[in-house]
Amino acid sequence: MSLRNVPDNMCPIATEYTTMLTGDWRALRPIVDRDRCVKCATCWLYCPVQCVVEKAAWFDFNYDYCKGCGICAEECPHGAIKMVEEAEG
Amino acid sequence: MNEITAPTGKVIVCDGNEAAAWGACLSRPDMVAVYPITPQSSLVEYLAQFIADGRMDADLMDVEGEHTVLSVLHGAVLAGARTYSATSAQGLAFMFEPYFRTPGLRLPMVVSLVTRDAVSPTCVWGGQQDAMTVKEVGWIHMYCETQQEILDTIPIAYKVAEHPDVMLPVNVNHDGNYLSYGVARVELPEQSVVDAFLGEKQVNWHACLDPERPMAVDPLTGGAGGVGPSMFVKYRKGLCSGMQTALQVIEDAHADWGKRTGRYWSPLIEEYRMEDAEVALVTIGSMTGAAKDAVDEARADGKKVGLVKIKTFRPFPAARIAQALSKVKAIGVVDRSVNFGWNCGPAFQEVLAALYAHQTARIPMMSFIGGLAGADITVEHFAQVVRRTFRLAGGEAAAGPVWLNEND
Repeated sequence: MSLRNVPDNMCPIATEYTTMLTGDWRALRPIVDRDRCVKCATCWLYCPVQCVVEKAAWFDFNYDYCKGCGICAEECPHGAIKMVEEAEG
Repeated sequence: MNEITAPTGKVIVCDGNEAAAWGACLSRPDMVAVYPITPQSSLVEYLAQFIADGRMDADLMDVEGEHTVLSVLHGAVLAGARTYSATSAQGLAFMFEPYFRTPGLRLPMVVSLVTRDAVSPTCVWGGQQDAMTVKEVGWIHMYCETQQEILDTIPIAYKVAEHPDVMLPVNVNHDGNYLSYGVARVELPEQSVVDAFLGEKQVNWHACLDPERPMAVDPLTGGAGGVGPSMFVKYRKGLCSGMQTALQVIEDAHADWGKRTGRYWSPLIEEYRMEDAEVALVTIGSMTGAAKDAVDEARADGKKVGLVKIKTFRPFPAARIAQALSKVKAIGVVDRSVNFGWNCGPAFQEVLAALYAHQTARIPMMSFIGGLAGADITVEHFAQVVRRTFRLAGGEAAAGPVWLNEND
């Protein structure tokens, strides 16, 4: 038996790399106020899915993976992150 | 098939757990992973001894619990190994999470269930509640009546599990205490006979891990954001199809084994003195011996009674059972476990459904529950079952379940 002969309904096996973007199910989007952000990295530390992206003078987010949980906004000591409705973002 | 046959192999005297260990040994698994639990523990010890003695060329993984037992075997099967394990009751319960994954991944393996009643109340004795509780998960379930049948059924189970049209795990079940510790004459087939029967090993051709061919096994399927549930449904249908195909494969494998060893076990059901029976008993596992004696005694008294033993419980041989029972006037089904919520035994419920699905005549049936917590189901208990079933045939209303050991 070779893999070519495997019946289509035998068992779930993926032979091609595909990804599921967790950002697809986001309802609220974090927005950074660059004037307030001092790059303290608190959001980077707390983000449970590690989607905070370092920029030259502030932190931003990888929206492909950010699920919009809002922990970054809750933890930001400078109030630099606010959550907005995804549709508005 | 109970008569003593002319031996073609070496004759030994052993208990059911040793018979199972021999069945595994002769099937040449590459890896066994085990965790001891009563009444399976001595089976593990036999395996360890076989490996220590050099009789069995397998890696033994002595892990910290049953969840790991089955999880490491998943890895081994995916790497192309033939595997074996055994468990009972609470150990099976602890194994349940990977147990569910095994048939879904279509991993062919054989695991002996040394059946035992499930707590609570605390009990380490025989009963079939453990196996009956997991009958819906997608494993094939076969029940054995004798020590010889245990040994023979294990190579047969590998043949079924690894069949390209089946590719499902098989539980070979034998009753805790009665069979696990009961000692009997057992014929050991020649290794060459089992080797020829099983043929070249190609355990896991569909998802064999290979660095040259990267794959992700069991990726996330379904879900509203992806391809939808259709992919999940496709694999569920595939599993169902494998189960139904197994009915014929099980018959073929038993026939092949019979040709090579002279021992023809009934693959799905065994009909005992059913040719002109007016009432029938239905049994599973080791209780069948005492039931056959009771049938013989009743026959000696001129009562036309027969017996149907269920060997294969999953896939359920509904058509065969309905056919075997189609001409009787009443049926008494004896279970060693309980179907909670239906107030009867599980086999009773299954037989009832099989008759409804396959014939129009309505035959009176009664559920008998016995042998719980290792209790003895004696010939006298079966004589009661025969008497009660004849009364049912005579028009008395069905009442049940009858708890056979209630006053013992």
